Amino acid sequence: MSEIAILKIWRGPDKTAGCFESYEVPYEPGQSVLDGLRWIRVHKDPTLAFRYSCINANACKECMMEIDGETIYACTTRLEPRNMTVEPLGNKKLVRDLVTEIAPPQERLRQK
Amino acid sequence: MIEPLLANTDVLVIGSGAAGMYAAIEAARSGCQVMLIDRSLIGRGGATVMAQMTVAVALGSQAPDHWSHHYHDTLMAGRGLCNESLARLLCEEGPACIEEMDTWGVGWARKDGRITAAFAPGHDRPRCVYVDFLKTGPAVSKTLRSVVNKTTGISRSGDLCIVDLTKSDGVVTGAVAWHVSSGAPVVISAKATIVATGGLTRLYRRNSGSANMGGDGYAICLRAGAPLIDMEFVQFFPIGHLAPRLIGMDPIMWDPFRYKLGGRLLNGRMEEFTQNYGVPEDGRYIITRDVGTYAILKEVEASRGSPHGGAYLSFQHCSEAALREAFGPVIDRLAKNHIDLTKMPIEVAPIAHYHMGGVAANAHMETEVPGLLVAGEAVGGANGANRLSGNAITEALVFGRQAGRTAAARVKAMRTSVPPDARETLDLLRGEERKDMPNTAEMLEALQAIMADDVGPLRTQTKLERALSRIDQIDAALGARPFGVAAPFDLTRLDWLDLRNMVMVARVVAQAALLRTESRGAHQREDLPGMLPEWRVNQVVRLKDGCIEISRMPAAPIEVAAQ
Ligand SMILES: Cc1cc2nc3c(=O)[nH]c(=O)nc-3n(C[C@H](O)[C@H](O)[C@H](O)COP(=O)(O)OP(=O)(O)OC[C@H]3O[C@@H](n4cnc5c(N)ncnc54)[C@H](O)[C@@H]3O)c2cc1C
Ligand code: FES
Repeated sequence: MSEIAILKIWRGPDKTAGCFESYEVPYEPGQSVLDGLRWIRVHKDPTLAFRYSCINANACKECMMEIDGETIYACTTRLEPRNMTVEPLGNKKLVRDLVTEIAPPQERLRQK
Repeated sequence: MIEPLLANTDVLVIGSGAAGMYAAIEAARSGCQVMLIDRSLIGRGGATVMAQMTVAVALGSQAPDHWSHHYHDTLMAGRGLCNESLARLLCEEGPACIEEMDTWGVGWARKDGRITAAFAPGHDRPRCVYVDFLKTGPAVSKTLRSVVNKTTGISRSGDLCIVDLTKSDGVVTGAVAWHVSSGAPVVISAKATIVATGGLTRLYRRNSGSANMGGDGYAICLRAGAPLIDMEFVQFFPIGHLAPRLIGMDPIMWDPFRYKLGGRLLNGRMEEFTQNYGVPEDGRYIITRDVGTYAILKEVEASRGSPHGGAYLSFQHCSEAALREAFGPVIDRLAKNHIDLTKMPIEVAPIAHYHMGGVAANAHMETEVPGLLVAGEAVGGANGANRLSGNAITEALVFGRQAGRTAAARVKAMRTSVPPDARETLDLLRGEERKDMPNTAEMLEALQAIMADDVGPLRTQTKLERALSRIDQIDAALGARPFGVAAPFDLTRLDWLDLRNMVMVARVVAQAALLRTESRGAHQREDLPGMLPEWRVNQVVRLKDGCIEISRMPAAPIEVAAQ
């Protein structure tokens, strides 16, 4: 049987209303956690929210999240054939799922 | 629906790559209020921050050069289709922008105090400046972002995805955005609007660009009545990384290695092959992108590809010391990916990289529609049928600065702004609740597969017609109203808005490719090989009553720049 990675992902609009959900992702050596998250959107649930732009280049620095408790980029962290916990950044305001408010305040829309 | 938020500015700049940021700086220092927005985060979402290589500019800092030589090379590479006034602007004003970037501390690589220039294919002399090691784009982006921060009069906002422009009496009066992180619509009123949204690489499965490059600007401008030009010319970068799997680096990272160290391009039999396509490389790096792409794909087709369907690139003739000197820390990043260039070749294959086509503009960056300007990769025409390496960042800087200037002049000449009519787009954004919502992420992948398989670098009538009918199917599944809800970061809603643009742009590329019954530069028709003199024309795309119309316009006569 081919190997799988199990991603346990925080889902929800804020830190009090939400829960972890687990997704099985086919594992291929060399993949990143971001590859796994993108696979989930295409094959399981397109509403899973996370930030990324450059996909793999580690240039945009938008895909930062907490993976197994460590603050790290999803596109440079290898997917592994085991349970992995993926959470939004703990020190930033949560927007939805794995998305947090990471832009400096002066680069956000000022809502009156 | 969430009530729309309202904003008001002199100049609205859409997209914060090199073009958008330079435009914002130029308009603000000419005294305008500027709003700089991006669907991603400011200065991070586009191609600029990802660029790793070089910037072409006739500085003449190392060896004598003149903009007219750069201009000549640009026209030659464009295979007779360049818009000469745009190409000339790029080459003539490039040095001033590069020097200004230097005073802003971008850190161009230097030797003995002089800015160093590398040789790149298609240029007649070393002309390409860079920031070591693979840091050109990040340095350009960071420098402009800090100048933007310091310039008074620029307000900035990320997470704002422009859905459509607003118009009154034929004039563009601003835009409607979807605020991704709250789900609220935002109506922005502006005296001048600059579209600097970059290219369309996301249309293709394997691409070197970011997730924000779905060609939004082309679709938005087309819907607003501005024509597009040269849309059939998508540039594929021949030596995109293919295998072994590499993470944390962009797939086009091998180019700087080739500038500095040459490297051997080999087929699956470990034989050099570019000489069979008219370009004997002999360890140097001289093959242009269109020919390189063609040669590799033809080898694969003849069952002479590498195991993953590309070609080998080998630096095994270089010593470890030479590699380390040329690439410093990059060698360690490769080691983390289990790649040791002294021991193994890597596999490369063509990958969607840049768009020569785009919104038609004059040398002031004005489109046909008053109030609407464009800048950067969003502009079509400067590079004709094939772009020289290094010209894209120069284009982004020069065109951005020019667009900022033109916008400021327009603002000064206008007394009052026209209130935007946003009803249609606001109504669209009300969307539709659907129970049987198709998976938007899957639809997006399906579209990318169609484009990669049938509208890639090697085209035929059969493939293009098949692509068009499959694009129609996706369009039908998409329907006329957005899925998802107006909630924070609803990616299905964002995908729907993206697909709306991507389907339109995909159709334009495929239709223009079907109509061009010859092969030229980046557009290769396998059923119609060879360049035809009667096809020295640019194809112009317009939207009439929702339908795409393509007409022909004779290309400017080739006049080689006078010294
Ligand atoms: C990996 C890579 C390497 C490259 N290397 C080189 C090189 O070495 N030399 C060279 O000359 N060229 C290079 N190029 C090409 C060059 O980088 C680009 O052509 C150039 O940076 C484009 O700049 P831009 O400002 O026009 O667009 P971009 O930098 O792409 O910026 C466009 C911005 O618009 C935003 N946007 C898009 N749609 C919307 C919307 N609907 N609403 C709001 N915002 C939107 C995007 O998020 C993005 O931030 C490279 C390209 C890539 C992908
Ligand atoms: S996706 Fe850009 S840094 Fe990870």
